[in-house]
Amino acid sequence: MDWGTTISTTIAALLTLAVFSFLYRDNPFYKIAEHLVVGVSAGYWMLILYHQTLKQKAIEKIFTDHQWWYVVPLVLGIMMLTRLVPKWSWVSRYPLAIVIGIGAGVAIPLEMKAKVIEQLNGTVDIVSQMHDPRSTLVTGINGVIVIAGIMTSLVYFFFSKEHKGATGFLARIGIAVLMVGFGASFGFTVMARVALLIQRLQFLIYDWLHWT
Amino acid sequence: MKRYLPILLVLLSGAFLVFQYFVPHETSEFVYEYALDWAPIIGIFAMTLGLVSLARVSWSRVRKREANWPYALVTLAGLASILVAGLWPGGGGLQAPVVAWEYSYLMLPLSSTMYALLAFFIASATYRAFRVRSVLATLLLLAAVIVMLRFFPLGPLTGPIGGMADWILYVPNLAAKRAILIGVGLGVVATAMKIVLGIERSYLGRD
Amino acid sequence: MSIWEKMFALDRRWVFLVLVVALLVSLKIPFRVSVPISNEARSIHDFVDHLKPGDVIHLAMDYDPAAMAELQPMMLAVLKQCFEKDIKIVMTALHQYGPALAAATIDTAIARHEARTGVRKKSGIDYAYLGYQPYAILIILGMGQNYRIPFPRDYYGVPLDSLPMMAHIQNFRDVKAVLNISSTNATDFWIAYGNGRYGVPLAIGVTGVMTPEYYPYLQTGQIFGILGGLKGAAEYETLVGTPGPAVDGMKGQIVAHAVIILFIIIGNIGYFAVRRGKSARAT
Repeated sequence: MDWGTTISTTIAALLTLAVFSFLYRDNPFYKIAEHLVVGVSAGYWMLILYHQTLKQKAIEKIFTDHQWWYVVPLVLGIMMLTRLVPKWSWVSRYPLAIVIGIGAGVAIPLEMKAKVIEQLNGTVDIVSQMHDPRSTLVTGINGVIVIAGIMTSLVYFFFSKEHKGATGFLARIGIAVLMVGFGASFGFTVMARVALLIQRLQFLIYDWLHWT
Repeated sequence: MKRYLPILLVLLSGAFLVFQYFVPHETSEFVYEYALDWAPIIGIFAMTLGLVSLARVSWSRVRKREANWPYALVTLAGLASILVAGLWPGGGGLQAPVVAWEYSYLMLPLSSTMYALLAFFIASATYRAFRVRSVLATLLLLAAVIVMLRFFPLGPLTGPIGGMADWILYVPNLAAKRAILIGVGLGVVATAMKIVLGIERSYLGRD
Repeated sequence: MSIWEKMFALDRRWVFLVLVVALLVSLKIPFRVSVPISNEARSIHDFVDHLKPGDVIHLAMDYDPAAMAELQPMMLAVLKQCFEKDIKIVMTALHQYGPALAAATIDTAIARHEARTGVRKKSGIDYAYLGYQPYAILIILGMGQNYRIPFPRDYYGVPLDSLPMMAHIQNFRDVKAVLNISSTNATDFWIAYGNGRYGVPLAIGVTGVMTPEYYPYLQTGQIFGILGGLKGAAEYETLVGTPGPAVDGMKGQIVAHAVIILFIIIGNIGYFAVRRGKSARAT
């Protein structure tokens, strides 16, 4: 490995150790690392926005491709910057309104479809699978559990009616189902966090110390 | 004018996009494509506002010599160094050597290690707080342990544990997550409709 | 104070130390972990395996360095499979901190493929890396109309119309599937907007934290496969026949999980011991 790479890897390793030093207690090395990553990341994002969006989608369209109508979004965008001047900040509402309107408009039918209608369709599919003569007893039982689980969890989320009597009983079953779901998420979260730690240790041991 | 025109713009643009979904006519497709093309160009300036305020806050901490101001200088140095390298005329932009170096040897190790810290905190949390206190807590714990055990070489138990973990994922987990999903979906749609109809106006700010 | 109460009063840094020592030992002990393949991983592998040379797949790499531990091995395994089968790739990176990582990842995959086969995959012919644009929802919808709307040029600044490979690719109708490898809510957007509006077949590779959230979509068929976290990555590495950092990392996973499960057991034994002690003192 050349000297440049060795020095660079050492810097990366020292920064890694600076972040890990937080586990002992908060200290200046950790603070430097924390503030550095904020600055560099923000700068990188700004660069990406400039080179890939502003330059390619507006400046080059106007000045290279002579598609002058791209001046419109550019001006609307610049109007957004009036937020920085309190007296003129109301001007930024117009471009903001357009972006928010577009975002909300595309969301209404498609979020409804993906998260509600398709999910209800999928649940109905489970019922029809249960009626299939080829389905086994296990499929049937699992189907009943899934459907009951969805219904009772939804009852739990239904706060317009007090959780008493039959509603309370169903809501309690719903919480139990949700707890099993959260348990599964917790198990996966442990795997995810450990994976990140393993990767940093692999970097320190293999890439930096060459301790194979 | 300052309040009602923005509300009208939200209504027109939002309602048009809902309409366009159901009636994808050639003319509406034309406008739809421009909406998709232009909105990100407008939007990047909103993102820039956040970045500008980071620089402003950091600079004011340095100027007023507030507590821990040298760290704000570190943020500014990081921000300035990558920006200068990436915006230098003829410097290579995103492929500039300094940008690539800062990305690989500063940003990459720092951000990945920040998240790696969470492994320690999750371990400490399981030791101190993951208790069989009630039936519900027991269910949570059992599901978590079975899912965690699913890739252990446990001899004759490997198959059954893996089967139980799969059952948890495909049956109760699916039910719980679907119920949450339906709730989230209805929430998103309701909020979007409130925005389009001008009921939700917090984006306008005060006055 | 009983021994258990003393143990719970122990500084948490001892817990940290136990975990890190266990992981360091696991990385140095030579043992292999068998990785059973799940149906949700196999379905992605089989889908790609049944594609014909020249078919196009869209790899949406929506993660940043913070999530690369879990997702990078997945991405490299998928790229290896695509390159070996001569499948053309359209690649995007919709995480603001991900574009440089995506460029480096495709370079690594090209170098490895060249070392194995002597063939160098070329930008614009074998793959097109388009880079990043903000507002993932609008970008996904834009690509569904025409890739040129959100991406007039690729990541390297070359106009899309100058890339030979893109001559026959207008939108999602021209790709066989989208494989979204992601650590962000871009996955939700791919499902709701990519699959929801344009019906493009979609499979996902996500971080462990996100994995259980997507099983409802698997059952409805909105996605046809899931690679879940490091285990999913290890499964894909195994499926494509190159065990790498994910398979290696599974050793550490087993040891760390054993330590954490042990913590849970000790914590609960202690909890009951303390509770029994208290109730004994009360009576």
